[in-house]
Amino acid sequence: MHYKRPKADVVIVGLGWSGSTMAEELTRAGLNVVAIERGAWRETSTSFPTTRNPDELSGSIRKEILQAPVTETYTVRNKPEETALPLRKYHNLTLGNNVGGAGTHWAGASWRWQPFDHQPYSHVMKRYGPKQLVDGLILQDWGVTYDDLEPFYDRFEKIAGTSGTAGVINGVKQPGGNPFEGSRQSPYPTPALARTRANILFADAATRLGYTPFPVPSAMIGAPYTNALGINLAPCTYCGYCQLYGCGNWSKSSPNICILPVLMQRSNFTVVTESEVVRINTSSDKKTATGVTFVDSDGNTGEQPADIVIVATFTLDNTRLLLLSGISTPYDVSSGQGVVGRAFTFQTLSWAFMFFENEYLNPFMNTGALATQIDDFNGDNFDHTGLGFIGGAGIQSLCNQGLPIGMSGLVPEGSPKWGKGWKQAFQKSYQNYAQIQGQGTSFAHREQFMDLDPTYKDRFGQPLLRITYNYNENDRRSGQFIRDKCVEIAKEMGARDVTGVSLADQPYSGYTPWDSSHVQGGVVMGEDPKTSVQNRYQQNWDIPNLFVIGASSFPNNAGYNPTVAVGATTLWTAKAIKELYLKNPGPLVRL
Amino acid sequence: MKRRDALKGGLVLLATSTLASIYKPAYSKTLVGGSGLWKAQPPPPLAVVDSSRLVFLTPDEAKLVGAIFDVLIPADELGMGATEAGCVTFLDHQLAGPFGSAAKDYKLGPVVEGLPQQGPQSIATPAEIYRKGLAELNRFSKKKFDKTFLDLDEAQKIEFLKNMENGTIDFETVKSRDFFTLLLQNVREGYLADPMYGGNRDMVGWKLIGFPGAVYDYRDWIVSKRGQKIDVQPVSLLRTA
Repeated sequence: MHYKRPKADVVIVGLGWSGSTMAEELTRAGLNVVAIERGAWRETSTSFPTTRNPDELSGSIRKEILQAPVTETYTVRNKPEETALPLRKYHNLTLGNNVGGAGTHWAGASWRWQPFDHQPYSHVMKRYGPKQLVDGLILQDWGVTYDDLEPFYDRFEKIAGTSGTAGVINGVKQPGGNPFEGSRQSPYPTPALARTRANILFADAATRLGYTPFPVPSAMIGAPYTNALGINLAPCTYCGYCQLYGCGNWSKSSPNICILPVLMQRSNFTVVTESEVVRINTSSDKKTATGVTFVDSDGNTGEQPADIVIVATFTLDNTRLLLLSGISTPYDVSSGQGVVGRAFTFQTLSWAFMFFENEYLNPFMNTGALATQIDDFNGDNFDHTGLGFIGGAGIQSLCNQGLPIGMSGLVPEGSPKWGKGWKQAFQKSYQNYAQIQGQGTSFAHREQFMDLDPTYKDRFGQPLLRITYNYNENDRRSGQFIRDKCVEIAKEMGARDVTGVSLADQPYSGYTPWDSSHVQGGVVMGEDPKTSVQNRYQQNWDIPNLFVIGASSFPNNAGYNPTVAVGATTLWTAKAIKELYLKNPGPLVRL
Repeated sequence: MKRRDALKGGLVLLATSTLASIYKPAYSKTLVGGSGLWKAQPPPPLAVVDSSRLVFLTPDEAKLVGAIFDVLIPADELGMGATEAGCVTFLDHQLAGPFGSAAKDYKLGPVVEGLPQQGPQSIATPAEIYRKGLAELNRFSKKKFDKTFLDLDEAQKIEFLKNMENGTIDFETVKSRDFFTLLLQNVREGYLADPMYGGNRDMVGWKLIGFPGAVYDYRDWIVSKRGQKIDVQPVSLLRTA
């Protein structure tokens, strides 16, 4: 059966963080908004009750909260001359599969990106010149600056109830915070989380080495808080069932607790769940988007016409949906021309793993983002002259795991993995294991891109998205530099057994343990239609009533988690739609 | 209709019969703001494993898995062994469910071996790997020792499993190393998952490492017990202490 729903002012594809943030803004402005969501409805009391939630097997082991590869997956290869193969099993890109998206199960690190991260090209050219860039690296500014976005970062934090200690307020450095952060107009809405024993060992060691440790801003609410939409959020309880779990306590910021309780009161909002958008429809001249086509869970094909189309799916699926719909020019690796799928970035992760001798680190008391960090080697916070790379990493003592199955393999190298010897080793290592993560920047490269796979299809017979990616020379150099810093701090912490690793030293794999889930780009915003799909308002250069929002818009990846930057750019675009576009529908940037 | 033919004129047309089988039991819902349709419902009850009967393994297979599991996690002064802790029951129920059938995996072809970094490409399910792997293991044991695995002495069993772990034993239908990896993963899961799944009897796995279990609030301890040993009686979701 094929059916057509009544026309809406706005259709939003995907109801995660960016979709629900946008929906709240536009419904408050009086627009009639329909969201189409592939996953099912999820609500805290029903879906994540505290009497059921503390269950490692269904949570972080069987990953029941994630979108499964059977629903949709990606094919991957390292180089254009290789054959891409599908990610058949759960992999490192932890996709959400429900109303709330990945914002329901995320770890919760809640960063504003630095001024450098929004204008990397200008910064690098000014400080070092073009010789600092390795061959093939793509570096470009976003067209929107940190100062443009600051009010929207501020607003998003006040929706999320972000916890943390401010480092710079109105240009004045604050004790205990990150001295490198962009200037803020107000402190974090809620106070920083308590530190664990491992966090304190790290902070003391980093201070002795001359660095400046500070608490990682997080989605774990630091104290009772009424957010910007009037919703009451509760303090985090450090239960340790956090990343890959929904929160049953109303303590981890998510669309489900921070936005949907208000949005679902508004009669001008509708969400159609368990329905997958398969195409953005356009007029025959390809200058107007007319709505979207979706397949619902009864197998029916539906159409949702709308005046404005907003695509807010998982970052990679934004690229795929444009390619499937024949919108804008696909990137061609051989010529370097085209824009959709270009400027794909990942992250470079480095680690120091360590074991102490006689600690009680009590790892079960944790959150997804219970961390103490130094930013002395992040972004452009240090002089890169002579180092041969740009970027760096946030280096942090991360206490995000204490569940027993996940910890069962974490025994010192050379220890038995089974038998009586394993039981003895595990008993000791459980209380003595700690880790330092370097979450590193990633810059786009000519040979890192996405297109449609020629062979593998999804359940509807549409091509899967193909990722062609390997670490570039900039990544390898920065990864090794950061690994050595992680090891330096781990040794200063007094650990007995320290192992350092830079993941960029091996070929990229979607299954590398300890790797990032943060992929970006493909539909980037920018200043030039030759190198970007959309203008500084995340508005398509060719189709003015089409906006693709999320981390797909970012042409480079920071040494930070992306969610709050996604929230800020979404609010920035919402304001442009409400105050500029609705008054005069058409391109908001004219060249 | 072939999948490939489903894409016509830019619009996806679908054979309803195929889709129904893919989609069950999910159903699309239209939730309208202000209607109250989205409000909280009582959560579904816990599903507790019934350990009184086997649901996937044959009795002989269960005995063999138990013998392997007890080498991987033996009984000693630190606690009971894997079989006594219920790990075979745990595995039996896991293999009968979505884990056993790899229900979440992408299984469309072509199926080809790739580079190691491209990840596992086999579409064999854990249930199939156990069924074939256990038969292979006994065949190999009889050939090499003229005994079933159950009748080997402890040192021979350890040696046998080490050779599987190293991949130096050649099975015909499954890779011995892959089977070993699955065995080790599952026995650890059974020993350490919530007891409602059939293993971790008396929370023996949690007691081994001092893990408190299904606790949802540590605000009292996060600072006051920092760096200190905590003597705690764990709790499971079944609320048995």
